[in-house]
Amino acid sequence: MKTLLKLLLASAAAVLAWPAGAALNVFACEPEWGALAQELGGDKVSVFSATTALQDPHRVEARPSLIARIRNADLLICSGSELEVGWLPLLLTQSGNDRIQPGSPGYLEASQYVVRLEIPKVIDRALGDIHPSGNPHIHLDPRNIAKVAQVLTGRLVELDHANAELYKTRADSFAKRWQSAIELWATRAAALKGVPVVVYHKDMSYFINWSGMREAGALEPKPGIPPTPSHLAELVERMQRNPAKAIVYSPYNNAKAAQFLSERAKIPDVMLPYTVGGTEKAKDLFGLFDDTIDRLRTSVK
Amino acid sequence: MHRNMLCAVALAMATTSAQAQDSVREEIKELQQRLQELEKRLEQTESTATQAAVQAWSRPQTESALNPGVSVILNGVYGNFSRDPSTYRLNGFVPTMGDVAAGRRGLSLGESELAFMSNIDPMFRGTLVASISPDNSSIDVEEGYIQTIGLSNGFTIKAGRFFSAVGYQNQVHAHAWDFADTPLAMKVFLGNQLNEDGIQFKWVAPTDLYFDIGVELGRGRQFPSGVDRNKNGFGSTNLFTHLGGDLGQSIAWQTGLSHLWTSPRDRAYADLDSTGKGVVNSFTGKSRLWVLDAVLKWAPNGNPTYNNFKLQGEYFRRTENGDLTFDTASRALTDGLTSRQSGWYLQGVYQFLPQWRVGYRYDRLDSGTTHIGLVDSGALSAADFPILGGYNPKRNTLMVDWNPSEFSRIRLQFARDYSRLNQPDNQILLQYIVSLGAHGAHRF
Repeated sequence: MKTLLKLLLASAAAVLAWPAGAALNVFACEPEWGALAQELGGDKVSVFSATTALQDPHRVEARPSLIARIRNADLLICSGSELEVGWLPLLLTQSGNDRIQPGSPGYLEASQYVVRLEIPKVIDRALGDIHPSGNPHIHLDPRNIAKVAQVLTGRLVELDHANAELYKTRADSFAKRWQSAIELWATRAAALKGVPVVVYHKDMSYFINWSGMREAGALEPKPGIPPTPSHLAELVERMQRNPAKAIVYSPYNNAKAAQFLSERAKIPDVMLPYTVGGTEKAKDLFGLFDDTIDRLRTSVK
Repeated sequence: MHRNMLCAVALAMATTSAQAQDSVREEIKELQQRLQELEKRLEQTESTATQAAVQAWSRPQTESALNPGVSVILNGVYGNFSRDPSTYRLNGFVPTMGDVAAGRRGLSLGESELAFMSNIDPMFRGTLVASISPDNSSIDVEEGYIQTIGLSNGFTIKAGRFFSAVGYQNQVHAHAWDFADTPLAMKVFLGNQLNEDGIQFKWVAPTDLYFDIGVELGRGRQFPSGVDRNKNGFGSTNLFTHLGGDLGQSIAWQTGLSHLWTSPRDRAYADLDSTGKGVVNSFTGKSRLWVLDAVLKWAPNGNPTYNNFKLQGEYFRRTENGDLTFDTASRALTDGLTSRQSGWYLQGVYQFLPQWRVGYRYDRLDSGTTHIGLVDSGALSAADFPILGGYNPKRNTLMVDWNPSEFSRIRLQFARDYSRLNQPDNQILLQYIVSLGAHGAHRF
């Protein structure tokens, strides 16, 4: 018992001795939210992104390194709508951190603040891995980024009052730059209006909706179920009758299925960055949309 | 709002100033434009707000909105054993007061699991996992605990019945195991899987490298403790620590060390004496178990969807010393007993296609040294304690499973098991495991 007490005391001492970091620790489930927090917080935040563009945010291991990071987080920002349901709840219960539990100001589910698409009328797993609260990949509509930026600014101000003015200034600057970027993107994306595309997973829906493109099919037979030969054959046939202009997929998808369909149906396949870091040009949120639109314009010419 | 006011002030100022009329006109024009822009933005916000309100209302307003998450695990097995599973034992090791055989012959329903979990309030989260046994229709509480979510600085307290943090696999629910049954070392040292009634304190260090340390104080309701003790205080203590992190993008690892100490009282087991007559012996003393565990997971760029590999191993070491009573029912001879035993396993599971995995496991136990006072003094012979005779069980296991989705798994497993002295057992298991309802999050 004595050694135990000593251990506990030693650990408590270690906690108190730990240097209080100047920056606000932000734990972002996905790179897009990490990039947004960086835009708004500048050097007043220290951002950690739990996933990269090469990782499927549905399927992430609740790794020890993630528990270590979430334990120190002051603010957590995730897409929500059950996207992280396979790993985030475990991180939260293991974190020993009350600042980022649901309901506290340090917990931000981005999808709660935007209008979600594809809310299923029927909720049944026979339909695949569906999201009862709607499609969670909300960041690919640039207007949603603007909305989440407002909410995130509010949280930064609330949690780090000392730097409130700085956050507000940065948010204003970001909002202006973003607004003019949206206008530019809208002009550039006008060429995409009505263009039919085949997607891999339903993770492009918000972009398709914003740009006015049309989804002509999905490589996954059902959400979350990997492409099957029979489904691909059916798609090839459908494409012969009603060809799409491009097959789009994300860096974390298996390119082979897209290439297979591309060869058979003679339709170009194009990898879109999907999130920040997905391609070389998608270095930040601006680059993400620049490159997405560029790649689409080039391939559907 | 303040922009509108600014606008009004600017307008007022503009009318009084007669000198710079041209520039003022321009300013007014600009302000009007800004006003229009603002109005447009307001309109947009309003329309989204209405849409959002519509979405919020589309959720049915019922009491069930606050129901806990419910999930059900169903599993069924076909077993083919070359030796009768009801005679299963691990020679060289004291039996663990319960059935640890890998399964039954023929078709059978496995244990069905019913789990409820939810946050209780800002302070606590609650979990109940009940297992329904198919034969005597009894419902067992496998886990039923509350844990804190409202503490800070990395502290978590858990109370109730839970799988003890001794070793790695002991904390993993059966439906998430990579093989159909437990490693031999868990069978002999933890009686398959140890769930204690108790309280757990855990602290996670504020470092980027994962480090935790914790202690569990338990009732001592199961092997390696004895029968339920009618005693105040606590009957088992487990001290544990873990270290973990990432190696680049593709590899994640975790190691752990735990030390479980208990004081068994009248821990009974059945054996045959030298004449072949069934006797019940019992042990009272101290039992100390050390477990060293390590897990390494690889996935290209940290994306396990297509290919991934998991390597897992644990080393167990136990010392027991105390008194052994022979034939408690009639002769009741008592003398000292000391033993020092160990065991380990290593297993690898590789996902070679999105829905397919193969795995191999090697088990090895070392019955080590056992000194039986009654034998050393000449009162009885080693033949009176056949199960404690020196023997090193081992086993090779192969499995392949198909996972149509995250929620279902069909597994074929083959094992050649040398648990019984000189009696290899070929075991074939074909199993389905599915989960319904709330999406459970799996431990690392």
